[in-house]
Amino acid sequence: MITATHPVETKKNYLNAEEGLKSWLLTSDHKRIAILYLISVTFFFALGGMYAALIRLELATPAGDLVESNVYNKFFTMHGVIMVFFFLIPSIPAVLGNFFLPMMIGAKDLAFPKINLLSWYIYMVGGVFTLYVLLSGGVDTGWTFYTPFSTSYSNGYVIAAGLGIFINGFSAILTGLNFIVTVHRMRAPGMTWFRMPLFVWAHYATSMIQILGTPVIAVTLFLLVLERGLHIGFFDPAYGGDPVLYQHLFWFYSHPAVYIMILPSMGVVTEIITTFCSKKPFGYTFIAFSSVAIAVFGFLVWGHHLFVSSQSIYAGLVFSVLSYIVAIPSAIKVFNWTATMYKGSVRLETPMLYAIGFIGLFTVGGLTGLFLASLGMNVHLTDTYFVIAHFHYVMVGGAIMGFMGGIHYWWPKMFGRMYSQVWSKVAAIIIFTGFNLTFFPQFILGYMGMPRRYHAYPAEWQVLNVLSSAGASILGLGYLIAIIYLLYSLKFGAIAPPNPWGATTLEWMTDSPPIAENFEVTPVITQEVYTYSAEEVLHVV
Amino acid sequence: MSSPAAAANVRHHFENAEQQKDASTIGMWIFLVTELMFFGGLFMAYFVYRQAYPDAFASASNKTDLLIGAFNTTVLICSSLTMALAVNAAAVGKKALLIMFLVATLLLGSAFLGVKTYEYHDKWVHHEIPGQHFECEGCKDSGHASLFFSLYFAMTGLHASHMIIGAGYLIFLIIQAKKGKFTPAWHTPVEMFGLYWHFIDIVWIFLFPLLYLIDRVHK
Repeated sequence: MITATHPVETKKNYLNAEEGLKSWLLTSDHKRIAILYLISVTFFFALGGMYAALIRLELATPAGDLVESNVYNKFFTMHGVIMVFFFLIPSIPAVLGNFFLPMMIGAKDLAFPKINLLSWYIYMVGGVFTLYVLLSGGVDTGWTFYTPFSTSYSNGYVIAAGLGIFINGFSAILTGLNFIVTVHRMRAPGMTWFRMPLFVWAHYATSMIQILGTPVIAVTLFLLVLERGLHIGFFDPAYGGDPVLYQHLFWFYSHPAVYIMILPSMGVVTEIITTFCSKKPFGYTFIAFSSVAIAVFGFLVWGHHLFVSSQSIYAGLVFSVLSYIVAIPSAIKVFNWTATMYKGSVRLETPMLYAIGFIGLFTVGGLTGLFLASLGMNVHLTDTYFVIAHFHYVMVGGAIMGFMGGIHYWWPKMFGRMYSQVWSKVAAIIIFTGFNLTFFPQFILGYMGMPRRYHAYPAEWQVLNVLSSAGASILGLGYLIAIIYLLYSLKFGAIAPPNPWGATTLEWMTDSPPIAENFEVTPVITQEVYTYSAEEVLHVV
Repeated sequence: MSSPAAAANVRHHFENAEQQKDASTIGMWIFLVTELMFFGGLFMAYFVYRQAYPDAFASASNKTDLLIGAFNTTVLICSSLTMALAVNAAAVGKKALLIMFLVATLLLGSAFLGVKTYEYHDKWVHHEIPGQHFECEGCKDSGHASLFFSLYFAMTGLHASHMIIGAGYLIFLIIQAKKGKFTPAWHTPVEMFGLYWHFIDIVWIFLFPLLYLIDRVHK
């Protein structure tokens, strides 16, 4: 008997159920695949962050003195490509969604575990292409790959970069497909649609965008590669094509892609706020359907990226109005989160700090989006730092705040350890401060007319640029602290109880870390989601 | 093969065979939706340019060989029929019939690809490949006529690559069928592949009129 020689046998969980590298690389456990993704997206985040640091370093002085303009073009392109396609898009769905979506609905795994693993390998192959581009000399087109520059004039490795994104797209498609089927067919008995946690709704909406949008960018990049590689014309006027068609096809995906990045984050924030207020989220159905509404309307607004690209003003008018409409479901979410916190017993634990930070920053990012969606204002602000500041408020202030919040919220469940409460709060505050210092000055710079994508600028803008660069280093420090104490906690952190935050969703009803098939017995759900204590129920009534 | 679950190859994370079958079916349909969007981008480009340059497109599309196109369409529709019969044979557990129909589908698919290769070669000979040496005898507005051929090759090429992947999977299915893996209780791969094959057919059903039939001038 093995147990006789090892009287204190540690309970098996998904981390130690099998040993060895092979057991990880060939796993079909959604939790292990989530960890594989966590490691990979963190790597790409660091890589993309390195380019951000180089950009801010160059912009610390007005003269283009650190690198030549050509190299600077490569910096911001690699930063964009890596952050968008290899960090932001997979970050929350492939890590937190992969790990918790099945657990939240009481499933043993995603519907297609092997396809789930395949999606990670596809992601890695796409990543290898990107690393090849990076090592062989980079690409200088900007992450948008606008034609005809990208197909006829660029000296960079456009084909390899395009193929990397093309391949990576299939990983997002497979993840989305897996989530949709899982939500439809893998729910535990009693887990009705309106008993699903709102995190699951957010991922369902995200998956819809992934399966409908990603194939379009794939085929667009396929045509781009054909035009550049084989001179089979589609977009270059020299071949009879129309570059604006490229922009339409590109943004048909890439605008909804913004919602691929932000919707999962909204799901995370909803979970965090309800848990740390110990209160049912205000307006469950509104939050659920606002996710779906954002996914639907998100497909109808791409034209606001073409206001100055020879699109007809009547089309511009329609796209402008539709872009305003997206603000409605987004605002519904913000109001509902605030209403949930109102008269709740708010506990300011680390995840909650990120969630509150998210609400504020996303509101700024969202409202400045309205500036850009209005036709006249857009002409003034197009291709300025105002645009950069706006989408970083949404992407970093929104998506990454949500990712950090989610990681801190579920870390005890994922690894069975608590991280330092003090250091994590310090890091959250540093990140919030650093973020605002980095990007708020960029709103002012953009409004004053500083164009994006230049490595030099007039001397009068230096103060604001130095503030921004200083903020970036504070932001970087915040992330560094977070990585250090999180890694430290893996070995030295206090053992986490199954439900350290007093949450109500199913993933907290099993061990920390969970066992291989998540639950000892398949849970049967008999009550509404987010039912706190009996008093809570009475209080609400 | 004692319990019904074992007979239906139910994997560990499913409750029963029905749930597993449902999951596969929904998954396949969603995959086909993504394929639809994938081809959709090309169809969009086609519509935009056909609308913008009707004369160039009309004269260029008359360069395609109607007879060969129609023949290939027939071949593909027949392969859909044999595939449907293969699914049925698997469902009723007739192994020999299943293998026969899968092989027939493979042969018809290969015939389609063979004819397509001949067509491509013909285009090559006539310099109807977009690029430096592009020529289009008698085409109006040959600058934009080359766009037609760009789209022709992208669309039929993407379609053909789906056929090649399909043919590869057919070989795998034939081997599995020979080993007797498929039973009336579990033949999901055959059924799912059937959906895929029909989808490729339907894409061609749209490609054929767009590329061969619109604005055809009888000679």
